[in-house]
Formats: sequence, C-alpha cells, structure tokens
Amino acid sequence: MNAIKTDIGIIGAGPVGLFAVFEAGLLKMRCHVIDALPQVGGQLSEIYPQKPIYDIPGYPEIKAQDLVDRLLEQISPFDPQFTLGERVEIIDKQPDGSFIVTTNENTTVQCKVIVIAGGLGCFEPRKPDIGNLELFEGKGVAYMVKNPELFRDKKIVIAGGGDSALDWTIFLSDVASEVTLVHRGDTFRGAPDSAEKVFSMAETGRIRLILQSNVTTIQGTGHLQQVTIQNRKGESNVIAADHLIPLFGLSPKLGPIANWGLNIDKSAITVNTADFGTNVAGIYAIGDINTYPGKLKLILCGFHEAALMAQSAFKYVYPDEKLTFKYTTVYGVNSF
Amino acid sequence: MATITVEDRNGERKTLTIPANSKQNLMESLKEAGYRILATCGGIALCATCLIEVLQGAEQLPGPTGAELDMLDILPHTASGDRLSCQLWNNQIPDGLTIRLKGDEHS
Repeated sequence: MNAIKTDIGIIGAGPVGLFAVFEAGLLKMRCHVIDALPQVGGQLSEIYPQKPIYDIPGYPEIKAQDLVDRLLEQISPFDPQFTLGERVEIIDKQPDGSFIVTTNENTTVQCKVIVIAGGLGCFEPRKPDIGNLELFEGKGVAYMVKNPELFRDKKIVIAGGGDSALDWTIFLSDVASEVTLVHRGDTFRGAPDSAEKVFSMAETGRIRLILQSNVTTIQGTGHLQQVTIQNRKGESNVIAADHLIPLFGLSPKLGPIANWGLNIDKSAITVNTADFGTNVAGIYAIGDINTYPGKLKLILCGFHEAALMAQSAFKYVYPDEKLTFKYTTVYGVNSF
Repeated sequence: MATITVEDRNGERKTLTIPANSKQNLMESLKEAGYRILATCGGIALCATCLIEVLQGAEQLPGPTGAELDMLDILPHTASGDRLSCQLWNNQIPDGLTIRLKGDEHS
C-alpha cells in the first residue's frame, strides 16, 4: 500500500490530464496523475501513437506520441507524480471536504481536488456471451494472465483469435499440463509468426486447437471443471478444464466512474461550463469524459477546460488566498 | 441515397433514408436518427459498440478491411454478416440493406 498526498488528484494521463498539470502548476497546485494504462498518453499512446493530428493550435501536423512527449516536457517544471497501471476504484469525500482516492492496488491519494480526465473510460476485457461466466470469475475464469504460475500443471482453455490469445497459448504450453485454444474462425489475423507456431504446435500435439467453434457453457462445483465447445454445425464437445481464459480484446467502459455519485448522461459526466465542475463540489471532469451543451470531443477543447478548471480549483487548494489572473508572458513559468 | 431497414434491439423494424454522403458513416446516421449507439471510440473501429448484423444486402457492401477486420476477428460470437457501422461510408450503402443493431447501447 502506497499513501500519497497532493493538491490535485488527476484521473487519466491522456493529453488533457497532462495539460491539467500545467494549468494547475501555474497556480502553484501540485498534481498526482493516476492511469489504468501502464504508460502516459491515454489513447494517443495506446491506440494511435503514429497517427498525425491536425487540429492542435500551433502544430499544422503532429504525431500523437510526439504531442504526448511535448506535453510531458511542458509539465516537467511542475514535477508531476504518476501512478500508472492502476485503476481508481473508490473516491471518498472526507469531512473536511478533501478526498481520498483508492486504486485497485490499494494506492491512496489524498487530495483537495479531483480532476477526472478519463477520456474513453477504462479499457476492460470484453466478455463473451456465456450464461454463467461471471459466476466463475476468480474461480477458474480470468480475463488476463497476471501470474502464469497459477496455471502450472493445470488444464487451460483459451478462447479468442487475436494476438494475446496466440501469445498466451504459446507461453502457457510450457507451463500448463494441457492447453486448448478455441477460435471462432479458421485463420488468425494476428502476427503470422505466432499463428504459424500455434498451428505447428497443434500438429505435434503440444496444444489442442479447436477452430470454427465457441465456448458455449461452463460447468463446475465451486470451481470451473469443464467447458462445452460448440462448432459451426452445432455439434458440442465437453472437455475438462481448470481454467478458462477468454481473450477478446479490451473495450472502453465507464467502469467505476459510474459509482462515484456523479451525474452521468450517455456514459459521460455532466459538467457546468463555467468551470467544468461536476455535481460534487471539488470534483471536476474535463476532456472526452465530460458532456455539456455544445460539447466537442477535441483535445483542444479539453485544454481549454483544463485552464478554466484550474482557476476554479484554486479556491479548494488555497481557500485563504485571492487569485489574480496572470499571463505566462508576464510572469513566466515558475517551477516547483 | 439509399433506403434501408433497421431492426432495433427489441426487434422493431423501421426504414431509414441514408443520403449518399462520402463524409459520413452509417454509425453517425443511425445516431442521428435517434438510435442509441454508444460509439465510445467515435468511429475508429475500437469499441465495437456500433456492431450491426447485415441481414440482407451484405454482398453489395465492400468487404471489411484493416482495423474493422481486426476487430471483427477478436469479437466473441459474431455472425458472418456482422460489420462495424462506423466503417461503412454512407455512399457505399446499397438500397434495400437490412441491418440489426447488436452493439452496447447507452442509457
């Protein structure tokens, strides 16, 4: 457990979350940024790092990752701290008006202001449509491989046809006693090398490869024991399994944000346009995660929202100080 | 311009006119028409919430490529006529197309 204390807790390390550090820093407010992804940059770094963006003021064209790198350089005078690869689960408002933010790894961030710059939301595993799947979560069903040793000498069924399904099939074949890969199609679009390896491992009997099929039901008493696999002709086959790992990619979901008592409309947090505050005093939402009349999901709009947010958040961080608006051209950037 | 039939998640069918616009995709037109489609990713074949099943006229559509094919390939339980409506440009939509909405809807 890691306990952190700061002025502003920023949830989301995408471009808007990063720029919020700058706007807060100009007003002497320190920030700690938390993101579920293992690196900063949000969807820019995760999804389209090499894609050019054409509507950043001052840059006729800039690659997404380059923009993230520039933002990191821009905010470095304000010494932002990061917790990456952890998802914020709980927000607790304290009697004094401050907050304690807790992640899934039990890191806590105590802060006076929360800024949600969550973009598309959290990337969560896509779950297949198997009736009692959730009943077996943690009891044989896992959507990611955190500790491969858990699967040592066990019978594993992997479902999916993407790169991660191929990679884990290959990796776990050395760990598990039996690996079965079930794929809906009959070809793989993933890395050709991995696909070739999986086919040759199936030929030599190191793994079992079941194509044109889906896992339809799962059974067990207390823990997963068997899965039923159905092919396109409707023929079913039951095989023994200690673990089922469905790997169908990640889908952006609002996730725990929906449980924080904030007003939500169409999977976005409603804010007022005066300061991008939510219905909870001290919690702001900026960037793609918020909505208001006329909202445009543009990075540059998120930057604007960050600037107004910081001016408003000042009163929570320095309740006894009067804020006077200052230009960087006059006062420069005073690092911490 | 194409007139298509849209079956919502309750099985109700309605016709919808799609202008032959190469700058707009089918997901956007469905949203404009009031269908509740999350479209979290905004149209970059990432979230699959705009998934549709083409019931009639699939052969008249250009086949999926690149990002759409990658996504369709990893989705669980897709049917052979499944497409991401964000990857279908409106000027490619044939008259008489019949689709069924399949993706997650927003509240």
